[in-house]
Amino acid sequence: MAEAKFDASYNGPVVVDPLTRIEGHLRIEVEVEGGKVKKAYSCGTLFRGLEIILKGRDPRDAQHFTARACGVCTYVHSLATTRAVDNAVGVKIPPLASMIRKLVLASQFLHDHVVHFYHLHALDFVDVTNCIKADPVKAAKIAESISPRKTRADDLRAVQNKIKAYVESGQIGHFTNAYFLGGHPAYNLEPELDLIATAHYLEALHLQVRSARAMAVFGGKNPHPQFMVVGGVSCYDALKAEKIDEFLKLELESVKFINEVYIPDLLAVAARYKEVATYGGTTNFITMGEYFTDDTDLKSGYFPPGLIYDRDLGKVADFDPDNIREHVAHSWFKGTDAMYPYEGKTEPVFTDLHGDGDRYSWSKGPRYNGKACETGPLAQMLVAYAAGHREVRAVTDTVLKTLDIGPEALFSTLGRTAARGIETAVVAGQIENWVRAFREQLAAEKNPKLVEKWEMPKSSRGVGFCTVPRGGLSHWIVIEDGRIANFQLVVPTTWNMSPRDASDVMGPIEEALTGTPLADPKRPVEILRTVHSFDPCIACAIHVIDPNSNEKRVFRVL
Amino acid sequence: MQTTTAPARDDLDERLAARGLNRRDFLKYCAAVAAAMGMGPSFAPEVARAVTGGAGRRPTVVYLHNAECTGCSEAILRTSDPYIDVLLMDAVNMVYQETIMAAAGEAAEKALHDAVNGPDGFIAIVEGAVPTAENGAWGKVGNHTMLETSRTVLTKAQAVIAYGTCAAYGGIQAAAPNPCGAKGINDCFGAEGVKAVNIPGCPPNPINIVGTIVYYLKNGTIPELDERGRPLMFFDKSVHELCERREHFENGRFAQSFDSEEARQGWCLYNLGCKGPSTYNNCPKVLFNSVNWPVGAGHPCIGCSEPGFWDKMTPFYHV
Repeated sequence: MAEAKFDASYNGPVVVDPLTRIEGHLRIEVEVEGGKVKKAYSCGTLFRGLEIILKGRDPRDAQHFTARACGVCTYVHSLATTRAVDNAVGVKIPPLASMIRKLVLASQFLHDHVVHFYHLHALDFVDVTNCIKADPVKAAKIAESISPRKTRADDLRAVQNKIKAYVESGQIGHFTNAYFLGGHPAYNLEPELDLIATAHYLEALHLQVRSARAMAVFGGKNPHPQFMVVGGVSCYDALKAEKIDEFLKLELESVKFINEVYIPDLLAVAARYKEVATYGGTTNFITMGEYFTDDTDLKSGYFPPGLIYDRDLGKVADFDPDNIREHVAHSWFKGTDAMYPYEGKTEPVFTDLHGDGDRYSWSKGPRYNGKACETGPLAQMLVAYAAGHREVRAVTDTVLKTLDIGPEALFSTLGRTAARGIETAVVAGQIENWVRAFREQLAAEKNPKLVEKWEMPKSSRGVGFCTVPRGGLSHWIVIEDGRIANFQLVVPTTWNMSPRDASDVMGPIEEALTGTPLADPKRPVEILRTVHSFDPCIACAIHVIDPNSNEKRVFRVL
Repeated sequence: MQTTTAPARDDLDERLAARGLNRRDFLKYCAAVAAAMGMGPSFAPEVARAVTGGAGRRPTVVYLHNAECTGCSEAILRTSDPYIDVLLMDAVNMVYQETIMAAAGEAAEKALHDAVNGPDGFIAIVEGAVPTAENGAWGKVGNHTMLETSRTVLTKAQAVIAYGTCAAYGGIQAAAPNPCGAKGINDCFGAEGVKAVNIPGCPPNPINIVGTIVYYLKNGTIPELDERGRPLMFFDKSVHELCERREHFENGRFAQSFDSEEARQGWCLYNLGCKGPSTYNNCPKVLFNSVNWPVGAGHPCIGCSEPGFWDKMTPFYHV
């Protein structure tokens, strides 16, 4: 496998702040030795206090508050909360409600992963301006060699002319100061592939409008759909044949794009960036399963829950929620004890970077059986693959064969990005089946039911699990006197971006960044690649220990 | 204030052709914006001219993210009237927008710095509230507090748009007990001369910011605002006045529970907690994603474009 380029002469700090094309605000400060990252710290720098705001409120309202944890991974927080409250009040939702929630979740996966690949991640690999040098006829031939879809050279030429005019205007908007401008040693694509990818970057901007519309057909709007209630869903229009047709039609447009554009592009780009499979891996993986037939049974999902330890694909460990603890020893919260989420506390104490026993983040540090675990598409695909999931195995094996790499290459930045594509393709392959099952259930019910009755208990507690585009999510609620007494969100990016724990074990992104090679430390695109491969979703920052002096420092962008 | 003389029709055709835009489709999108602005279809070519610019330089836009969830950015990505690439590449020169910009780190900060200090001036769009607790220490970008950066940028801008309920009024992080001391833009910087146009909503409907930008591009001024800083052309009527279920309300046909036959029949959701009567926005008229809105999905309005709705409109559910 090709080795990644690095500037062996470089020693010192590298700062990336803000790290863009993510949700939230991210600061990266790493210490580089011999052109490779020696140490990295992950640190969240924005605290809004949703968990504090939720205390004392009506549990039914919680889904609307938690939805605003994130508008990129929209819907999923309101789903996890609604499941948690369903669980706390002890209601089993009707099958049709469960199916509608599931279809809306599928629409979120197909939308979110496509937007991530083209609009958040692609510019780490694609030099938009390089497409001006392409031969559109040759590019069209390449496009047709990697996809069943017809590509007209004239269409590619039109994109090329548009970009050329844009660059010549001297006002290049959101491409201003891009790392790739003027050429970059770690960008590998030939102009024709840059042209194909740029055309699809623009096309995907239009496509994502339509795939988000699918969510709104059932959910009312996107982002932040508003159609769930404790005990079910409120969208009776979703039972109308024409609405189901409209949803499916929009989703099938996404499915076609995924199969004919996204996956071929992913494979073509990955084939030219195999060195990105030599860094960025982590060790342990956790996922909670998803696409449940019974919302209260994690094992009823299309994807299984479970853990992979030490990269061992020979064994999947069972997921038991009782093994989750949240650490705060290096976070800006009171205390040092690792807490079970039901008992978790969120008491902010800001001490600046590395104050009070080395606290450096607003992010807590979730651990499973004391281990830092990566979550997300790679974790879900590894667990499903190891558990013998038929479709995941088939798609993964095809991807590995096409790229001529072994399963070990999955434990990397490139593997993480590939796994997201695999997950998208597998979910896309199920949409028609899930809509068919929904129609059959609807036909079987004489008086179709969307909401089950329930009563608010005086005291109770509940948890809602959900595997979402960024990984395993859980919301934990404690109800007392019919009000929220405690609420904790354990989100995928908290698992991935977590700071060191009480035993000084690094979080997954800290681990993944260690060893990352930098070809041009002034334009550290490899840091963007690894961080973006996690698709992070909270503000964070990473700062430095100088490997020579072991002195903790805070660096400023000059 | 610039005056606009209508260019020849051929000029528009030429511009659209040069950008590979289909005239009929494009004017359809522009007509949707015109309608949201309270104008007739004959205004559509004017919208098209505004968003495809002229021969000169496009206005520079910087877009700041403060304490927020990025839902507002996602909302504007969903615009199809016109699609976002037309806005980004033809209407304006958006040099700083953390969610989509290619540059990162120092290169990104330089883009912001150059725009703010450039000779052309700039328009600022803000998403998110400003954390003010501990002098802003709870929210930082580029090791500057959001408080500090917002002050520097917004006091220099030619126009400021507070996009979304958080930027307009503080939003969710300002809900009691407001742990990070979050404030909306006018609340935070009004005394320093900043007068932001508020486009509230959680998320806001993208057509309302597109329409505001079109108005500014055409007229060089901001549209007329109500007492809460919102453009009257989008926020002059209550959700209730525009609601398709209003006839049920008038006739006393109310759903009393979500599992009822009345809910199934699409009757009025007022008794379940709908906040439509005290919420000003055009959701039922322009829809979200061109297709639906919360009441269309059988769910009460939660009042998401009103100041303080997280406290004043809760509990969201009655019964």
